[in-house]
Amino acid sequence: MTAVLWLGLSSATASADSSLTIQITRGMTSTIPIAVVPFAGQGPLPVDVASVIDADLARSGRFQVLSRDEQPQTPTSVGSVDAAQWRLLKTDYVVVGRLVAKGDALELQFDVVNSMTGSRLLGYSLPTNASSLRLAGHRAADLIYEKIVGVPGAFSTRIAYVSVEGAFSARHWKLVVADSDGENAKVILDSVEPIMSPTWSPDGGRLAYVSFEGRNSAIYVQTVASGQRERVSGRAGINGAPAWSPDGTRLALTLSQADGNLDVFVLDLATRALLRITDDPAIDTEPCFSADAQSLYFTSDRSGRPQIYRIPLAGGKAQRVTFEGAYNARPRLSVDGKSMAVVTQDGGGYRIALVDLASGQSRILSQGSLDVSPSFAPNGQNVIYSAREAGRAVLATVSIDGSVATRINARAGDVREPAWSPIL
Amino acid sequence: MTRALKILLLVSLSAALAGCPKKPTTVPNATQGDSVAATTDTAGRGYSGVGKGVAEANATTGDSVKIQAIIHFDYDSSLIKPEYTSVIGAQARRLAADRGLKLRLEGHTDERGSAEYNIGLGERRAQAVKRALLLEGATEAQLATVSFGSERPMAEGHNEAAWSQNRRVEIVDGGR
Repeated sequence: MTAVLWLGLSSATASADSSLTIQITRGMTSTIPIAVVPFAGQGPLPVDVASVIDADLARSGRFQVLSRDEQPQTPTSVGSVDAAQWRLLKTDYVVVGRLVAKGDALELQFDVVNSMTGSRLLGYSLPTNASSLRLAGHRAADLIYEKIVGVPGAFSTRIAYVSVEGAFSARHWKLVVADSDGENAKVILDSVEPIMSPTWSPDGGRLAYVSFEGRNSAIYVQTVASGQRERVSGRAGINGAPAWSPDGTRLALTLSQADGNLDVFVLDLATRALLRITDDPAIDTEPCFSADAQSLYFTSDRSGRPQIYRIPLAGGKAQRVTFEGAYNARPRLSVDGKSMAVVTQDGGGYRIALVDLASGQSRILSQGSLDVSPSFAPNGQNVIYSAREAGRAVLATVSIDGSVATRINARAGDVREPAWSPIL
Repeated sequence: MTRALKILLLVSLSAALAGCPKKPTTVPNATQGDSVAATTDTAGRGYSGVGKGVAEANATTGDSVKIQAIIHFDYDSSLIKPEYTSVIGAQARRLAADRGLKLRLEGHTDERGSAEYNIGLGERRAQAVKRALLLEGATEAQLATVSFGSERPMAEGHNEAAWSQNRRVEIVDGGR
């Protein structure tokens, strides 16, 4: 197929309606008290870095962040922190920092002070510039989170999702990429036909997704930074459910081919060699790679209703993995490879469940009526998914222990099928 | 009219983060030929009026897509109910009378459940209609199937009234 490229001039206002707001709907009962003091050298810089860090930590649900007007002093270095004043306010940690000019660039220097001891717990200098301040703030928040909570943060990440906008009879499907805090939302694809199943390459640079733009489904891989894209599967019948191999060289996907029967295949992106993995008259779909890339998990209704199965890529019989509940679909493997998030039917509703792969036991994480499309944060601590609220599709997150939940609203339209990027 | 896929790259005026997406890509409907306008009123397939029933759906819906009939299904079922026997028969007679005629069978589900699994369920419904038409004398070459899963509901709403409308196969003219 010939691709004709048109270069036109237009402002990027398309993203305005696609931006997100995030609120905590369930938090931990015991949170860690912390304060982030405004940084020195902010001057006229476009982004208040301390407030980016403050918001990240608060949104994680694991911190109680002291507001600025309650802060007893405004130190910007370790030496000027009066630990006793912060102890009185029961604030365990104080984050102070500075933005320092380094030629044309900037350095974000920050320290975390333990108010119990008055000593420095953590200190970093992050090279940045005026246009990357938000990302620098997210990286600082990742480091602070890791030092205090004990697992890496996942703030310097992005979320890809599909936004369906416009009047019901004139819908547009938009593929949107936003920062993990919902800021910087950018539409990277706009279509009058459905867009589905976006998923990040392991290097975080590309998205694979399904687009019906040719009136039939096809799978595309798009480089996020450049917008350049390639149709990697446009066979007759269904082309769906792309999932990257851990090394990013292959895609697992679903094809129906001519007979209309869905089976799972693996496509080598360099050679375009296609390997059939399943061959069953049932619906086999929604593949994902095991951690060792030696097998695939997938959804199949070969037993009547959809359940999760595992099959070796080298050939062999599929083994059923899920047994709890009448409906289990859309597996996504956890970062440690020991559990998976699935869509499960629970009392009539569809919820996100975490299945322990060793025991087969399943734990319901979400509380909605139509919770689907789970995707793990790259630190494995949270799952983002699509939920329905008051008739609108919204995004939501829940921590893997169920203790922290957030809801992510778009200003307009339905937002769904979220995919959490690797750490950037 | 060229069949080439047109891609409109909009040059964004702002790109805050390094490595941020810079060029939203606009994909017009492939059937719109040379039109690459990227505004909201170029919606490809007019679905207005479709929800009111097969009779009205027979009217042209704004572009080349012409819905000939809609077959509805029960929950979690791809069984064609007896009440649609005459619909299948009528479409099969059209196909028999004109071997150049082609139909597209577009399968759909309601909104519940996992999106890609729903693509499978929609395909299963489209295949059921295809088999029924083949049994009535249509030929393989006249029939194409596609599944939109839960992506393109014809009725708005989040209750059984809407869901029962949305579990369907649309039989549309597929060109020749």
